[in-house]
Amino acid sequence: MKSFEFAAPRTEAELLRLLSPIPGHTEVLAGGTDLVGLMKKMVVTPERVVNLMEVPSMRGITIRPDGAISIGATTALDEVLEHPYLASYSALLDALRGINSMQLQAQGTLGGEICQRPQCWFFRSGQGLLADRAGLVSQGQNEMQAILDNAGPAKFVSGSRTAPAIAVLNAEVRVIGPGEADEQWLPVAALFRTPRKEGERETVLLPNQVVTHIVLPPVGNLGSATYEVRQSEGPDYPLASAAAALRLEGGRVREARVTLGMVAPRPYASQEAKRALLGKSVSEETAVAAGLAAIRDAKPLAHNGYKVQLAKVAVKRAILEAASRAASSQPAVVA
Amino acid sequence: MVEYYWPQREETTLIGKPVDRLDGLEKATGTAKYTYDVNLKDQLIAKALGCPHGHCRIKSIDTAAAEATPGVVHIELLREPGSEIEWEGELIAVVAADSEGAAVEGRSKIDVQYETLEVFTNDEDLEAAKEAGRTTRGGGKAETQREPGEEDDEDEFIEDEIKRLFGEAAHVIEGYYGIDAITHCCLEPHGSTVHWDNGRLIAYLSTQNVSGTDDGFARDLNLTADDVDVICEYIGGGFGSKFAADYWGIAAARISKQTGRPVKFMLDRDQELKLGGNRPSGYIKVKLGADENGVVQIWDSEHWGTGGANGGGVSHGVIPYVLSPPNYRRLATNIKVNAAQARAWRAPNHPQACAMSQTAYDDLAAQMGADSYDIFMRNLGSAQGAKPEVYAEEMKIAARLMDWKAKWHAHGKGPRDGSVVEGLGMALHTWGGTANNSSCQLKIYPDGSVQSFCGTQDLGTGTRTVCAQVVADTLGLSLDQVQVNIGRSTYPNSGASGGSTTVGGVSESHRRAAQDALMKLFDQVAGALEADAGDLEAVDGRIRIKGSPESSLSWKEACSRLGLKPLEVTASYQRGSGSPLSSSGVGGVQMAHVTVDTETGVVKMRKFVAVQDMGLIVNPKTAKSQIYGAAIMGIAYALFEQRKLDPATGAFVNAEMADYKLPRLGDTGQIIVELYEPDSERERGVIGLGEPPVISPGAAISNAVCNALGVRVPVLPLTPKRVLDALQQAGRV
Repeated sequence: MKSFEFAAPRTEAELLRLLSPIPGHTEVLAGGTDLVGLMKKMVVTPERVVNLMEVPSMRGITIRPDGAISIGATTALDEVLEHPYLASYSALLDALRGINSMQLQAQGTLGGEICQRPQCWFFRSGQGLLADRAGLVSQGQNEMQAILDNAGPAKFVSGSRTAPAIAVLNAEVRVIGPGEADEQWLPVAALFRTPRKEGERETVLLPNQVVTHIVLPPVGNLGSATYEVRQSEGPDYPLASAAAALRLEGGRVREARVTLGMVAPRPYASQEAKRALLGKSVSEETAVAAGLAAIRDAKPLAHNGYKVQLAKVAVKRAILEAASRAASSQPAVVA
Repeated sequence: MVEYYWPQREETTLIGKPVDRLDGLEKATGTAKYTYDVNLKDQLIAKALGCPHGHCRIKSIDTAAAEATPGVVHIELLREPGSEIEWEGELIAVVAADSEGAAVEGRSKIDVQYETLEVFTNDEDLEAAKEAGRTTRGGGKAETQREPGEEDDEDEFIEDEIKRLFGEAAHVIEGYYGIDAITHCCLEPHGSTVHWDNGRLIAYLSTQNVSGTDDGFARDLNLTADDVDVICEYIGGGFGSKFAADYWGIAAARISKQTGRPVKFMLDRDQELKLGGNRPSGYIKVKLGADENGVVQIWDSEHWGTGGANGGGVSHGVIPYVLSPPNYRRLATNIKVNAAQARAWRAPNHPQACAMSQTAYDDLAAQMGADSYDIFMRNLGSAQGAKPEVYAEEMKIAARLMDWKAKWHAHGKGPRDGSVVEGLGMALHTWGGTANNSSCQLKIYPDGSVQSFCGTQDLGTGTRTVCAQVVADTLGLSLDQVQVNIGRSTYPNSGASGGSTTVGGVSESHRRAAQDALMKLFDQVAGALEADAGDLEAVDGRIRIKGSPESSLSWKEACSRLGLKPLEVTASYQRGSGSPLSSSGVGGVQMAHVTVDTETGVVKMRKFVAVQDMGLIVNPKTAKSQIYGAAIMGIAYALFEQRKLDPATGAFVNAEMADYKLPRLGDTGQIIVELYEPDSERERGVIGLGEPPVISPGAAISNAVCNALGVRVPVLPLTPKRVLDALQQAGRV
């Protein structure tokens, strides 16, 4: 890896002063489970690494007066997994459990999990996010690539496993910077984008902006679930995933959100699946129909047609589990 | 002349006992020093630049910026401008620096300009390979029971005879099967740490071939083998890929000589996967014909695949595998692709041959609506390698451990649990496992201590422990009274650990040395016991007269009669010389029980049973470990492992642990190992075990998946994509 300067700010203001506005000059470090590998491979080569782990305001889980739960971005994943405030946020817990690695759960942070870079071999071998600008992905080994929102040169899939869950749980993220007084609140979905131009990353964050908190509104009687299609019991990334959150009234769906993971360059919120559910009672048939609706716009590449089937099944299974939890309005039993 | 023999089962104290491995604690606590752990004072770290293209020519190399990088001490070019490179990852230049960071940064600043050339990666598409001029003949053979007459044209006769046999067959199966190229993926990458000491090269090398690699270094560096000391106490995986110093090892020695500093040069993870070794792929079209009982009478196949840029592939000599009907024709074609050349992978040719053959036998059972177990059993008459009765007995044991009969259902006809179905599959395998050359020097000191010296290596299988068991048992001592020294090329020569030849070799040399030494010791102490040397025995730490145990000397007393000098003997075994201590030819049977989710294509292992013959078992505990490891390695290539080459660039895209999939403990299901050692097999002596248990898993798991689905997923690994594609083709999704 390239030599770099290491900075360890103690406050958010100090942190923002240490970040460069120039893309690639500085990188923020949380658990380091992703960044360190990227630096060793010199896929990213920052001049300065800014450690977030010693900024106390960014760490920990608190409950706000309105009942919302605020999670500091550098809170460890296993802390989130075990915290009593979060026991009803089943979709998030499902996703965290799916990581299947005590080491990653202990070392990784929620902010880092959301902001990790894509698990795309074109990107990780130095071809950038827009590897398909020269047709590298369309003509290449693309079986792990996107099946939705993949018309442009970005054909990677979003790396975060928790973002779909956090999205259906209607969370917002707090973003600070670039100025010391700058602060904004974004719905999780608005944090991500599919890059179209050189220099764009997979989030809307400027080089000198940072996610500091993830805030989950009260869960009430919302039932939620994440279903990941994983080939192995290890920490491998899923082949496709879906998170669903449903509120039932009189046995019918009054509120629904479905977001797919590992199928598009961003967590992919499916309006089609939502429409297929609203007003219906949830059965195997409605769940199957919502799965079909979710993949209606899928445009698989030469080698990833199987992901369409996996996405469809993930949506179906997430909906059935979410509905069963909504019906009982009970938190998932932690295995 | 000492007559070499193994004691009877009931007479042994350590041989045949489940002894814990001697270095288990060192390994578990990290005090065992692997090559990767060796760091020498003032060492340079070397990192190499790999070629990013699958096929190209180097136009120019500019190292100026790299040389100017702080910390960079030395740069050596391994390839020159004008060189053609035929696979991605091939090393172009090495940067040696004061730190790993500086070496990597320096490497990133080497400016190489390439002219890219056309790549070919599709080893599964024989027609495309032929069109691209990428095929070579891989050989073939035809055998028929009826012989051609003097007047007959042989090819025509065989063609007609095959036609006739298929015409007579009650059942005919036409199938397509395959198995992708995989890599060795050693946890410890290839590499070494080297330094020079007064003109001698000291090489800490991660190697399966301690005694043989000094020659390799010497040849390339204009030395004699005596000028090279290769050391390997522990190795983090080799599997057939670590027999040589390799050009990167030679480069390390050269750079060390030029800079006057020790050099540590280990491959990066992606380089390990790209260059460190891979196993040839194989794809086969088979037609077989069987009689009304399902006994196969005729086999006709063509297979192809790749061993890399120079061609090569799976040998036709092991097709069809184990079950070899009286009439067959087989043809092999090799394909050249833009990938590094294959290296021996645990049981070369056999896992692929098994996966390409015994799947067809299982499809025969499926077509007949028969129990696969019965079809395999009925075909044992044609079994090769081990005796048919060994396979038959092992099948009975395996079936009992699997509860096969109770669980069996016809292919695709089992119960469903939602979208999940389950199935059973089995396969058979054989291997030679002849003992390799091995010499052992044994020293018994006047203070009673015992040391053995042998230039073998412990691949992690327990070689060190086995050597100690043999010596201590032979001398009537306990394990802690014997010190085993291995892992240095300055010790007496012992063969490379490849082809399941180590346990036989070291058992031979250590038993012989210990028997020879004991006879000499008996000569020295016979007078004191007023007995003939031939009437003495070494039992429980005493030398005593057979039949009169009250007349004895303690081991220490006996050794004190040696005088001032230790008693020294060196004993050798030459491969192929007849011996009562070792033999060859084993058989094994494996069975798999899987579940398959028909909606996601995910296959899960429920249970895996391995029954294995290996002649006389020196250590059942390490033997079982060896088989557990093989089962896991087999599950890995059956379900997960796959070298993925990018068709556009030739890049090996998944050459990282994150993308090169391996099973975790949760993926292996329950593994049951049964060692098969009746007297009839034990009396053959020691036979190697390394290769055989890794052969059958591919076919057994493929057969289990087929039994579950009623659809053959033709090519391993059986990934969700492959399972779904097969179900879709069968109109089942």
